[in-house]
Amino acid sequence: MIRQALIAVFAAIVGLAAGTPASARVRIDITQATVEPMPVAVPDFIGADSQLADLGRDVTGVIMADLDRSGLFSVIDQRAYVEKISSVDVRPRFPDWRIINAQVLVVGEVRQTPDGRIEVATRVWDVYSNEQLGAVSFKTPADNWRRAAHKVADFVYKSLTGEDGYFDTRIVFVHETGPKEKRNKRLMIMDQDGANPVLLTDGLNYQALTPRFSPTQQQITYMALFDNRPGQVYLFNIETGEQEQLGTFRGMTFAPRFTPDGTRVLMSMERAGNSDVFMMELATRRLTRLTDNPGIDTSPTMSPDGRRIGFTSDRGGAEQIYVMNADGSNPKRITFGEGRYQTPVWSPRGDLIAFTRLYQGRFYIGVIRPDGTGERLLTESYLDEGPTWSPNGRVIMFFRENSPGAGPTLWSVDLTGRNLRRGRTPGDASDPAWSPPLP
Amino acid sequence: MNVKSSMKLAGAVAIMALAAACSSTKATGPDVAATDNANSGVTTSAVTPGSQEDLEQNVGNRVFFGYDQYSLSAQAQATLQRQADFLKQYAGVNIQVSGNCDERGTREYNLALGARRAEAARAYLVSMGVDSSRITTVSYGKERPIDPRSTEDAWSLNRNATSTIVNVGA
Repeated sequence: MIRQALIAVFAAIVGLAAGTPASARVRIDITQATVEPMPVAVPDFIGADSQLADLGRDVTGVIMADLDRSGLFSVIDQRAYVEKISSVDVRPRFPDWRIINAQVLVVGEVRQTPDGRIEVATRVWDVYSNEQLGAVSFKTPADNWRRAAHKVADFVYKSLTGEDGYFDTRIVFVHETGPKEKRNKRLMIMDQDGANPVLLTDGLNYQALTPRFSPTQQQITYMALFDNRPGQVYLFNIETGEQEQLGTFRGMTFAPRFTPDGTRVLMSMERAGNSDVFMMELATRRLTRLTDNPGIDTSPTMSPDGRRIGFTSDRGGAEQIYVMNADGSNPKRITFGEGRYQTPVWSPRGDLIAFTRLYQGRFYIGVIRPDGTGERLLTESYLDEGPTWSPNGRVIMFFRENSPGAGPTLWSVDLTGRNLRRGRTPGDASDPAWSPPLP
Repeated sequence: MNVKSSMKLAGAVAIMALAAACSSTKATGPDVAATDNANSGVTTSAVTPGSQEDLEQNVGNRVFFGYDQYSLSAQAQATLQRQADFLKQYAGVNIQVSGNCDERGTREYNLALGARRAEAARAYLVSMGVDSSRITTVSYGKERPIDPRSTEDAWSLNRNATSTIVNVGA
């Protein structure tokens, strides 16, 4: 009976989880500045035979790493666990988990399905109220087990925070090799946790810079920097590997970013040395000019509701962030601190704009409300640059050169400025872009 | 429209351009610091007149800029004046001016700033009477430093507009 209540296939997760948070007794408020990580126990997911049990252990490892890296959970060492889980369909012995101070217990099983796939069935228990917070099951080809594990971690995250997780996502970034003067810069894609890195471009003919995900399709826009002609914005199809130049222009096109509805690309175009912001409609390739100013206007980013656009401009002297209406009207400066402000990126939640700030030889990643209030700096180093938001708007990834001459690496930090973590990449990495939730 | 093939073609040309850029790196070592490389008047005999080598050694193929600046110093203007004279003397020579930045800014902004530096040099050459059709520009932002170090000296060198001969006509 309980088994029938488990909901199958990936698509069911939203419907199931929607009703869960309201009834949850334990809950993490991720809007608080200081959050005590919630102690969670994740015993190895069980399996009927040794092969499934091995897979269960691997799945558990990915789930634990996801939860730990979020900074919201502290995963209790498995060696402390008292009860040995032998079935996901039997109520756990809650005193055994309370005694090791677990607040949440995640149990699961990896099963073989009749059609040759695997099923990862999971239950999340509130150890103190003895209540099930939720149950979920995912079926997937066996070699796709990491995604199933990320889906489980997302489910746990949502059960405890009420918000969508970001573990089943990917990162596209610039993979850098070779000496600085003659650097190879190629696009690489990997899972959010650093697994499965794959090169997307060969990079022998050009440097690939500033990739950004489409919010709606398996597509990336980026800038290709050539030696003998101005760099141009490209579209790259992740599934087919095909790419095309986005329009043909005499001047350089750069700083591309999709609009939140995925139908247009904002970018800068340079004409006779001056850069302005333009928008291209992808279906018609029609280009609309949005700024016409003798200052540099670049790094455009649209609000999730599509009504406003933030950008960098040096029209007032040094670079600052401005916000204008989506048709280019009524630009207003929103940053007034000392130093320079560049690379605004609108949060998918709409409430904040992340930026890079340069001040007295140091670089900072910060956030500010679109009306210019509430500026907070989250990170500082020799070079911190290029923020990108997790799809739920709670975590910012960026790249860092820790000291003069150090190669770039990927880092993430919570919106609160806590939980600064280095990301795992094969070698030097820059310009991260976070994918939307995977379909 | 799949532009992959044209990107490959561009790459072949690009590799040649890169090779040229490498040899020019040697000509402007760190010791030159942020002074525009100008040895005007002294013509070394080994250099082919009107060549890239000639431009680098006897004219000066680079002008330098202040932090986050794209205005031309008097020294930069003098170098560009010699470049203009050179281009007038060798009417078959066309050049590409690349604008470059130090690493103390973001990628996107530096691409825009590099475009301004290249344009500042181009506009000056045109004002000195060089036909604008003989000059193309490109911005490399902070992606092509000539000095890989992270020092003030290196940054001064890396903030430049560099002229490179792209073809020599009859």
